[in-house]
Amino acid sequence: MSDAVIEVADLQRSYNTRTGVLRRTAKVVEAVRGVDFSVQRGELFGLLGPNGAGKTTTIKMLITLLLPTSGSARVLGYDVVDDAREVRKRVGYVFGGERGLYERLSAYDNLRYFAELYSVPAREQSRRIGELVELVGLTGREKERVEGYSRGMRQRLHIARGLLHKPEVLFLDEPSIGIDPVGARELRSTVAGLVEQGTTVLLTTHYMFEADELCDRIAVITGGRIVATGTPAELKARVEEGPVVEVEVFGDAEPARLLAEALPGVRSAIAEHNGHAQLLVVRAMPGAEVSQAVLGCLGSVTFGRVATREPTLEDAYVELVNNA
Amino acid sequence: MARVFAVAWLLHLKMLSRSAFDGVLGVLWPLFFATIAFLMYGAGGDDEALLYAAVGASVMGIWSSVSTSASSAVQRERWAGTLELLVIAPVRLPVVLLPITTAMATIGLYSMVATLLWGRFLFGIDVPVEHPVLFCLSVLATVVSIGMVGFLMAVTVVRYRTAWALGSAFEEPVWLICGFLLPIALLPGWVEPISWLLAPTWGVRAIRESALGGTPFPDLVLCLVVGLGYAAVGMFFAERILTAARRNASLALS
Repeated sequence: MSDAVIEVADLQRSYNTRTGVLRRTAKVVEAVRGVDFSVQRGELFGLLGPNGAGKTTTIKMLITLLLPTSGSARVLGYDVVDDAREVRKRVGYVFGGERGLYERLSAYDNLRYFAELYSVPAREQSRRIGELVELVGLTGREKERVEGYSRGMRQRLHIARGLLHKPEVLFLDEPSIGIDPVGARELRSTVAGLVEQGTTVLLTTHYMFEADELCDRIAVITGGRIVATGTPAELKARVEEGPVVEVEVFGDAEPARLLAEALPGVRSAIAEHNGHAQLLVVRAMPGAEVSQAVLGCLGSVTFGRVATREPTLEDAYVELVNNA
Repeated sequence: MARVFAVAWLLHLKMLSRSAFDGVLGVLWPLFFATIAFLMYGAGGDDEALLYAAVGASVMGIWSSVSTSASSAVQRERWAGTLELLVIAPVRLPVVLLPITTAMATIGLYSMVATLLWGRFLFGIDVPVEHPVLFCLSVLATVVSIGMVGFLMAVTVVRYRTAWALGSAFEEPVWLICGFLLPIALLPGWVEPISWLLAPTWGVRAIRESALGGTPFPDLVLCLVVGLGYAAVGMFFAERILTAARRNASLALS
């Protein structure tokens, strides 16, 4: 039996923008063009897409910050337009970056303020804040002003704020953006722990390994439309891509790239800057073996590390977005 | 509800008192304008007019604190990314905005006290407080009413990103229209009906009456009635304006 806590049907949102001073011209930007998906209770659902794909707009409609232009969305059975307050009581929202906190207040006072706004009973507030401060590793620092916090500490405080009222559904909008690897790992561990405890999470992220590690299911969104939905394994499997050959090239990789691109069995070849060298990335057709042929394209160019790997979620994502 | 309001008011007061920039402005700004008023009226040699200006100048600080700060405070919440978080909290918008504007008005109380002390010790202007209790009540009613004006402005800023500039635009005209520094009777006739609609008009009158030994009650009541009127209008429109802001995506910076 389906136990969907988020149900989205043909959801659309457009923005009216105006440019010019004397001659004002109106323009309609369609940010979300009819998305459909559902998230089951206890699931960690990822929304992946490039910048401007419509991820944040979708989340903002679900947490009642934006009204949809058309379509419908229900969270825990409540309509995000008609039952906005009921939705707000039950969801938490955490976004990445340094904004969203009161700099001149301590972490404790920030949490106390939102605890009041979310009607956390007065007698429970101190205990709840203490639990969350411990959960996010800010014990001992909670009485310091936020203006002195590092980015990672701020992000952890954001998480604590989002969990104050024990939300059934947590929306995380690029929560690990700008956090160092250790902080990001701790964050992933915290999120995984919340899901284990039964919280339903909708996550947007640009980090594929994060989505691969955490998400039960993923929807890839681009240009305001969902182009694929499935588990990370399903998404990887549905991409018609063979092995990927990566060659570290010292010097101009462009001639080799052009040659490699023309090889039989090669889907695409790109050259990326990789510190002092260039990385030639050649994606092959399924079943094709192109490693030797690619090396043959290098000619007299000096090269270093050569690696052949299976397609990752990132490869699948790139293909899905490029083919959309 | 009262607890949410009290905690929010206290925390916003805490934030305001910790801002070095706002602090310096808050300390110097009212004294600067009070000094100009005292020097202007002192040069005329009219003691009664000087007393009139002293009380008016003290209320100017409360008004300025709210008019310029309340609207920019909501804009600051927008810049900080906290406006969206406040809006999606499961409380009504007035419960979020009223503590902010009331905290601003409370900060304005400082400027009232500072102006009176500045006038007393630097310019020798001794404002006699004939009815201390009524004086305090009048000040309180004025603070609350001006806080409600700030609330109305704040509601507007939630919908329109550029509306925060309104606060600054209203600052000086209200000094004149409400008779802070000179009697409204000296202004063109069409100004007076406008002044009736502004709570500070009645507030400053009530404060003057209670300080100088008159009858402040009618002005005190009118100040509260007009202030409550602002609150009622703000509450009536708050949810509608929030819906419009959600429709027009004006809660975030871009």
